Amino acid sequence: MAAAILETRGLSKTFGAVAAASNITIEIAEDTVVGLIGGNGAGKTTFINLVTGYLKPTSGSIRYRGRDITRLAPRQVTRLGICRSFQIPQVFDTLTAYENLLVGTGIVDSKDAAEAAETILARFGLAPFRDAVAGVLPEGVRKLLDIAMALVVKPRLLLLDEPTSGVSAGEKFAIMDLVLQAVRAAAVTVLFVEHDMEIVRRHAQRVLAFYDGRIIADGRSEAVFADADVRRLVVGEQPC
Amino acid sequence: MRAPDRTEKIALLGLFALLAGGAFLPQWALFLVTLALAKGLVVLSLLLLMRTGLVSFGHGLYYCLGAYAAGMVGQLLHVGDAAVMLLVALAVSCAVALIVGLLLASYRGIFFAMLSLAFSMILYGLLVKSAALGSTDGFNITVTAAAGASLSSASRRYLLFALSASFAAMAAVGMHRFLGSHLGRLAPAVRDNELRVEYLGASVRRVVYLNTIIAAALTGLAGALTALVVGHIDPEMAYWTTSGEFVFVAILSGTASVLAPFLGSLLFELLRSFAYQYSPNTWQMVVGAAMLLVIMFLPTGLWAVFGRRGKRVA
Ligand SMILES: Nc1ncnc2c1ncn2[C@@H]1O[C@H](COP(=O)(O)OP(=O)(O)OP(=O)(O)O)[C@@H](O)[C@H]1O
Ligand SMILES: [Mg+2]
Repeated sequence: MAAAILETRGLSKTFGAVAAASNITIEIAEDTVVGLIGGNGAGKTTFINLVTGYLKPTSGSIRYRGRDITRLAPRQVTRLGICRSFQIPQVFDTLTAYENLLVGTGIVDSKDAAEAAETILARFGLAPFRDAVAGVLPEGVRKLLDIAMALVVKPRLLLLDEPTSGVSAGEKFAIMDLVLQAVRAAAVTVLFVEHDMEIVRRHAQRVLAFYDGRIIADGRSEAVFADADVRRLVVGEQPC
Repeated sequence: MRAPDRTEKIALLGLFALLAGGAFLPQWALFLVTLALAKGLVVLSLLLLMRTGLVSFGHGLYYCLGAYAAGMVGQLLHVGDAAVMLLVALAVSCAVALIVGLLLASYRGIFFAMLSLAFSMILYGLLVKSAALGSTDGFNITVTAAAGASLSSASRRYLLFALSASFAAMAAVGMHRFLGSHLGRLAPAVRDNELRVEYLGASVRRVVYLNTIIAAALTGLAGALTALVVGHIDPEMAYWTTSGEFVFVAILSGTASVLAPFLGSLLFELLRSFAYQYSPNTWQMVVGAAMLLVIMFLPTGLWAVFGRRGKRVA
């Protein structure tokens, strides 16, 4: 097995009486695509928030490429090479799609920023929206832009929070294919949260199932989807 | 260096037109334009803050500091050289902004606006209490030389006019380039989405801090210029109504172009002086009505008249 890029040990987070993450211990190997599944409120977003420093864990530790990053802020975590996309797109609404990316590429490397922004724009099929203000773009396009912005900072580990939510059922597969193609071109380790089990089956080499802040299954997708707990607590809950 | 774009060309052409035309302006008009250009620098600094998503109701702090710094160079050091006065004003306003900015950088929205106001009112209170600086009356300030050369009163007037025009043009071009740079582009990014800026690896706090200091520097310089032009300073420069007027003109001008603050400032000074002349007791009403019209018909400011409307929402 390749070296672990991310390692969490006993990671826990409570909000009052709610345990949004309890005792999460996992290792993610470099260059894998991991799917994270779980019903609403299972703690998937909380996990991403913890890893990227947006939330401070109640207890436990996080290591990234052998380095302890447990209490770092999102900015520092980003600079080390972890970035994320958001369940609800976080973009710059008054800037154009191109300018959105240019803000990011300008932070990373001011010399070739314009070229880098154009490259990413093309890679995500966003060229037709280049000069449109992000605030008026359709939700699916905003979603893509949000993911593209996470890649702008050249992460080694990318955490995608429901990349296909808010995208019409017909477009989901195409968008996910596009995203993973772009991700592969950048040689990044990916963890993606997804409710659509077909998409998870298609793209994830490994699946993690969360329930109530705990890991209830972890392994190859066939094994995880065959698990009784997963069928009852995660898959059974799915409306689709 | 890249070639100047349209905005920069207009700024430079405007400067040449002003420098040439200024020689033929009657004294009152020269005074009015000089003052409008100096105050335009303050409005330009507010444009930078507004692009960052911030409004300051306390810009009187730096305006007044710049003026008093220049004045004290004359009073205490008996130096009447405009260059020295302006440099000291710039240094003092930057130094204060380095400290005040540290505190302000943690605040946004109404808190940023009000905390700025609080700082300016502290300065106002201090000045009113200090008899040595003339208390509420303030004191006079006279420019006798510029960079070593002594001046007659007519040449002093033109010199201050030319200085204001040059600073205005330089500041407009400088600001335009800054806003188009990678660092400057972070201003609207911070305004739109601080979370994303941090997740791109940049520090929102540092952006706010830097822009606060740039704004303070411009405003301090403008305060000193105003002091030299008017020849008198008093604590009113730090009073909240002064700061409010700058915000008023900033909204009137709009933030679409770095040239807008100077146009807005000029129109405001004209409007005020004519309103004052024709209805001395109700001039505020005339100015208020003008503001109402702008907000109703040109919600993005006067500059909308020239702007490519529709390209940008908000
Ligand atoms: N900032 C917060 N304050 C209080 N409770 C929170 C906070 N963030 C999350 N929670 C709670 O923690 C639990 C896990 O939430 P989380 O958002 O991680 O779930 P999720 O798996 O991402 O769900 P979804 O599929 O709906 O996005 C939920 O019960 C939620 O209400
Ligand atoms: Mg979630």
